[in-house]
Amino acid sequence: MNYLSESAAGVSYGVAIRHAFEYLLSRYPEVFVIGQGLWSPWYVGNSMTELDKKFGKHRVIDTPVSELACTGLAVGASLAGTRPIVVHPRMDFMLYATDAIVNQAAKWSHMLGAQDAPAVTIRAIINRGGEQGAQHSQALHSWFAHVPGLRVVMPSTASDARDLLIAAALCNDPVMYIDDRWLYERTEDLAPVKELDLRREGPRVRRQGKDITLVGSSYSSYLCEQAADVLAAQGIEAEVIDLRVVSPLRPELIIESVRKTGRLCVVDGGWRTAGLAGEVIASVCEAVDSMRARPVRVTLPDAPAPTSRPLEKLYYPTKETVVQAALGILR
Amino acid sequence: MSRTELGALADAAQFQGPIDIAACDVDELKAALRSMLKIRFVEQQLAAQRRDGHIGGPVHLGVGQEAVAVGVSAHLRRTDRVFGGHRSHSHLLALGSDVRRLFAEILGKDTGLSRGMGGSMHLWDKPNGFYGSTPIVAGTISLAVGAGLAAAMQKTGDVAVAYFGDGAVEEGVVHECLNLAQILKIPVLFVVENNLFSSHMHISLRQPKDATVRFAHAHDMAAELVDGNDIVEVKRAAGRLIERARAGEGPGFLEAVTQRWYGHVDWREDIDVGVNRSTADLDQWRRRDPVARLESALLSAGHMTRAEGEEIRRSLREEIESAWATAATDPYPAPEALLARVYIDK
Ligand SMILES: Cc1ncc(C[n+]2csc(CCOP(=O)(O)OP(=O)(O)O)c2C)c(N)n1
Ligand SMILES: [Mg+2]
Repeated sequence: MNYLSESAAGVSYGVAIRHAFEYLLSRYPEVFVIGQGLWSPWYVGNSMTELDKKFGKHRVIDTPVSELACTGLAVGASLAGTRPIVVHPRMDFMLYATDAIVNQAAKWSHMLGAQDAPAVTIRAIINRGGEQGAQHSQALHSWFAHVPGLRVVMPSTASDARDLLIAAALCNDPVMYIDDRWLYERTEDLAPVKELDLRREGPRVRRQGKDITLVGSSYSSYLCEQAADVLAAQGIEAEVIDLRVVSPLRPELIIESVRKTGRLCVVDGGWRTAGLAGEVIASVCEAVDSMRARPVRVTLPDAPAPTSRPLEKLYYPTKETVVQAALGILR
Repeated sequence: MSRTELGALADAAQFQGPIDIAACDVDELKAALRSMLKIRFVEQQLAAQRRDGHIGGPVHLGVGQEAVAVGVSAHLRRTDRVFGGHRSHSHLLALGSDVRRLFAEILGKDTGLSRGMGGSMHLWDKPNGFYGSTPIVAGTISLAVGAGLAAAMQKTGDVAVAYFGDGAVEEGVVHECLNLAQILKIPVLFVVENNLFSSHMHISLRQPKDATVRFAHAHDMAAELVDGNDIVEVKRAAGRLIERARAGEGPGFLEAVTQRWYGHVDWREDIDVGVNRSTADLDQWRRRDPVARLESALLSAGHMTRAEGEEIRRSLREEIESAWATAATDPYPAPEALLARVYIDK
């Protein structure tokens, strides 16, 4: 348990999520976790291993295949003094629960006069690749970011995977916490847990640079960092900004960065049309008088995920896609 | 009779002997045997190829459950409308789909049933009555209800079939569908393959009673509960329900109790990972084999010789190997397919 109050070296994103659960469950008796696969050895990667054994099956609850009921239950339980975290092992499966999330949780505060709100955390996992196809691949953060009343967070590092989950659970508003299986092996040395106030969290500069601003969230931010390494080898200094909280979006840091670099490339793991990348670019364009080049977005093509190996390869942006986009802007 | 519990049907140690084939048409039984064996060999091929890394995506195998789809499909025609889920190879193959095109689909090839766009979990063969299978649990059940309603409007006498599992009944939409189908008298057959598991969870951890047919009773729907590893029982029960539906008497619900021999996904058995499923249970279920129980009945009644059984196996193996070899060399979709197939109207 010491690692919760002391630093820990080389912790992976997946294990860092587990640390957050352990921290919350041991310190906050009002926290419980519910969702599919929580007693399974393989469902949610290494992010919840044996939590049921440590904290009891009454606080770490595996469920029937009932996404809507489980999510609505969590919303209701949060209105009655608990702090539930409902886990959806794949974001695609969570769509059965959209009513509880969009019509109920997100609206509660506003439609009832900001006197009460569901302090619920909805953990949605992006789990794609591996030729799984259209219904087992989606990254729908832009959809949920579109809905006022929900806070949407997307960690890209192990520290954030842990600390933003804790912040989400302690926040009094409904929060959608989105983690990405492609990041589970990304490691980082962790400082002791610090309870963050989600209201004050927003984008962070991951790497400083003067030539171009690269913006991403979650895995896309990681791609930006990797692309920046490649660009650095060519003498290009890219500034990388990790969004971290995609709703409410706070673009000030990005605007400031683009004022300096004059160039902007936004990378997003969602689709292009009506997506997060377009939103970030619009927010910058509204604030910045002139740029040295037109902004560019790197996103998924507007198509469902294919299963066929060669098509799947074309489908997902890579470090190289980001490098090429940046070079295109700089040309 | 209203039932809420499976009782002996859930006990793998029972129903292991030859099935009762008295008064059955021998040619039909032999065709069913061949069809079940074909499905089994195809899936065993998939298990091996997945294990060896030649299949890139997940495959959900239903080895051990072959009698359900074969028994139901015996009553279906090409104009019926069949929908499935993540574990639907048998539902498709029992309709006579082309094995090579199934393999090509699973390999992501342009010659596949879904032109390589969907893989094992997204199958389509409408010319043979297979309208589609997709892996969102319970995702296609309401679609089947709609296809059944369309058949009623078109007065074709066709029926729709929705295959799903015991886990799927935990989704609220199933109950909306049962109610809607019953009140609108829609010609749809709900087929639950109750294999007692939803991925790692035994039904006792998920539902207060283990017979899903209780939901049909709650909706006043015609229902049958059978040993899903007895092809004769499945076929008879499906026949009664489908006949009613075709005659405009409303939907039916067939619960077939069975078990998958492989784990939830791919080739492993899931007997060793903290899941409530033991080698001993699985061995019992293997003895309650729908194929062996039919074959031994045919043998002991003198309708078939061992040599005939061997010959069926040999010819199926040959067919499957050649289908695999062809599919493996088939071309992938062109890169343009990624965007060109998003809409059908160009
Ligand atoms: C909406 C949704 N929730 C969860 C899943 C994950 N999942 C895939 S198959 C499955 C088990 C379903 O069990 P059952 O319906 O009994 O079918 P079986 O696997 O036994 O054939 C689950 C939970 C999913 N694909 N879709
Ligand atoms: Mg099942």
